Amino acid sequence: MTEEKREAIRRFLPSPELKLPEGFSSSGYFIIKGKVEKSLVEEISRAKNEPEWMLKLRLKALEAYERLRFPNWVVGVEELNIDEIAHYVRPDAGLARSWEDIPEDIRKVYESLRLPEAEKRALAGISFQFESETVYLGIKKLLEEKKVIMLPMEEAVQRYPDIVKQYFNKIFPYAEHKFAALHTALWSGGVFVYVPKGVRIPQPVEAFFFMASALEGQFEHTLLIADENSEIQFIEGCSAPMYKRYSFHDGMVEIYAHRGSKVKFVTLQNWSGNVINFNNKRAIAEDNSTVQWLEGSVGSRVSYVYPSTILRGDNSRTSIYTVSISNGKKLKDTGAKIIALGKNAAGKIVSKSISANGGTNIYRGLVRISKGSMNTVVSSSCDSLILDRESKSLTYPHNQIEEETASVSHEAKTGTISEEHLFYMRSRGLTEGEAKSLMVLGFLEDVLVDIPFEMASVLNSVVQLEFSKIGGTG
Amino acid sequence: MPLVAEGVEAEAGGKVILKGVTLELREGEVLAVMGPNGSGKTTLANVIAGSPSVSLKKGRILIDGEDVTELPPEERVLRGLMLLFQSPPEIKGVKLSTLMIASFNKRRGLSSDLLKVTDPSIFSKMRSSLSVVGLSDEYLYREVNVGFSGGEKKRSELAQAMMLDPKYVIMDEPDSGLDIDGLRVVGEIISRMKREGKSVLLITHYTRLFSTVKPDRISVLMRGRIVAQGGMEIAEEIDRSGYSKLAERLGVELNND
Repeated sequence: MTEEKREAIRRFLPSPELKLPEGFSSSGYFIIKGKVEKSLVEEISRAKNEPEWMLKLRLKALEAYERLRFPNWVVGVEELNIDEIAHYVRPDAGLARSWEDIPEDIRKVYESLRLPEAEKRALAGISFQFESETVYLGIKKLLEEKKVIMLPMEEAVQRYPDIVKQYFNKIFPYAEHKFAALHTALWSGGVFVYVPKGVRIPQPVEAFFFMASALEGQFEHTLLIADENSEIQFIEGCSAPMYKRYSFHDGMVEIYAHRGSKVKFVTLQNWSGNVINFNNKRAIAEDNSTVQWLEGSVGSRVSYVYPSTILRGDNSRTSIYTVSISNGKKLKDTGAKIIALGKNAAGKIVSKSISANGGTNIYRGLVRISKGSMNTVVSSSCDSLILDRESKSLTYPHNQIEEETASVSHEAKTGTISEEHLFYMRSRGLTEGEAKSLMVLGFLEDVLVDIPFEMASVLNSVVQLEFSKIGGTG
Repeated sequence: MPLVAEGVEAEAGGKVILKGVTLELREGEVLAVMGPNGSGKTTLANVIAGSPSVSLKKGRILIDGEDVTELPPEERVLRGLMLLFQSPPEIKGVKLSTLMIASFNKRRGLSSDLLKVTDPSIFSKMRSSLSVVGLSDEYLYREVNVGFSGGEKKRSELAQAMMLDPKYVIMDEPDSGLDIDGLRVVGEIISRMKREGKSVLLITHYTRLFSTVKPDRISVLMRGRIVAQGGMEIAEEIDRSGYSKLAERLGVELNND
């Protein structure tokens, strides 16, 4: 395994191997916890010294949270008690612009994730969020020269209120469901990125999120605006050490792709096995723009995530790839949504799930073609691979087609790996784990060729590690 | 040193199939194991290769004097054994070249990176192994056995054997479902393996392969027991009068219970 590959894997290392550095202490952290109510929301807003309009938005979202019912199809979260966790945890650290300035114990975490190397070699910019706040922002000259704005979300609220107001919570309104409302009432952290007209960023920017302790919530909000004819690739990574009890993640990503722009948003989620993960991800695509999502769900105990694109503009395009691995007693409820409004729009959903050792994957998808979205073509395909009898996979696709000229197709396939397959591969000298990892990689191949090379190689290695435990991480 | 099955009693699918089988495959020989359908031929091949579908109740398997009875199938491969399947399963998503490279690396003890190409000549080796069995290069990039005809599967098994370079090859009915050309290819490859000093355990129902490759010895399996051993005269008898007559002459029962 090459050094580069090792490095990349470190960033997304299977969580059980991730540990907090010796001497780590959160004793000086400022914490807001307890029942989610008006006074708590006001306290968070005060701690952030926010403008009035943001507090108002939070409070309206809180009302919706109280009003909205808990979705009845959400399972596996019995342990979750929203009113017992810490909703805001501010580490004892300001925003560093150079990683030498991050307090030592947090810097060690940053280094153990191999982020400095990634930053130097492959990224145009990076933000690192620790608990509820961004503690580090590294931006290469190139971004400044091209007038790209990349800031912690809070700072954008202060410095660019007009832009933020125009988009924040407009792409994914809080009223849509209880967890979107909760997120909006409590949000903290996340990144704001604005790419000016015609600017193409050759290297990706990355945001990395880390949750250090049990019984806390992380509610980061990422807003990405690609102005006309611009181009950006965004990588999102997340990780956490294994704790004794659960933690809760309820983030949001909003993307606005203006005319002719291209946005690629890649997530590799590798939370530790006791994180309950909700995510709210949506993009709006204007005329001739392209939005691509890749959601790699590897970690966490329970995940609910459905990247969505609204194809508002004519000739807008989107592709949504989801790769979900439930290895062990895990549940991944993932999927995608495409809502087409513009003419000649095109969408493609490719979902791949792998269930092993008692894991469950659920695909939940929606394709809606509105009247007037003429000649729009959307295809979706769901492939499930089930590695043993204890594991399962379920598929719930849903189509709503109001436009006669549209064409929508859906296919679903389920494959299993039987003892006969394994014996065959073993009779060629491979161990059971090696046989499984080859079959899983083969199953993912058509997705792997379609995503950025670096991410493909990371995902490839994560799969090999996950299923064969060979070739270690050194 | 030989490959030995010693006093093997084994069950498959909850039924007793092998009732005490002992046989020895000596270095550089072709040993044919013949028998009617249901006599336990495939179970014998599986138990030697270590298939989890067969449970060994009694007896041992030895490779070059080492007891491998408790070893998993892949460990037996590393010691020079290889089973060619009668009907190999379709392995979706895995290209034939991928499987060949992975097994090539394993056989040579290069397991740290399964798919790494350390020896660039591996590609010419793969191509020539395919061409020997009469398959074109494009099969390297097809998924293993997916959409292959019966004959193509057999040929692919043989090509893999040439890549893996085993010392002991067990061929489970390599001749079933083959046309004349296919039979000739299988026969030629067995002869070639013998010339290279490999040992072949040739499991077959018919004698038709023997016109291209004459086995050194023949054992006959009926109802889970070896009932006869000898040379080509046994094949001639089977050809002439069939298994039931042979069973009658030997005073044993044919299978199909």
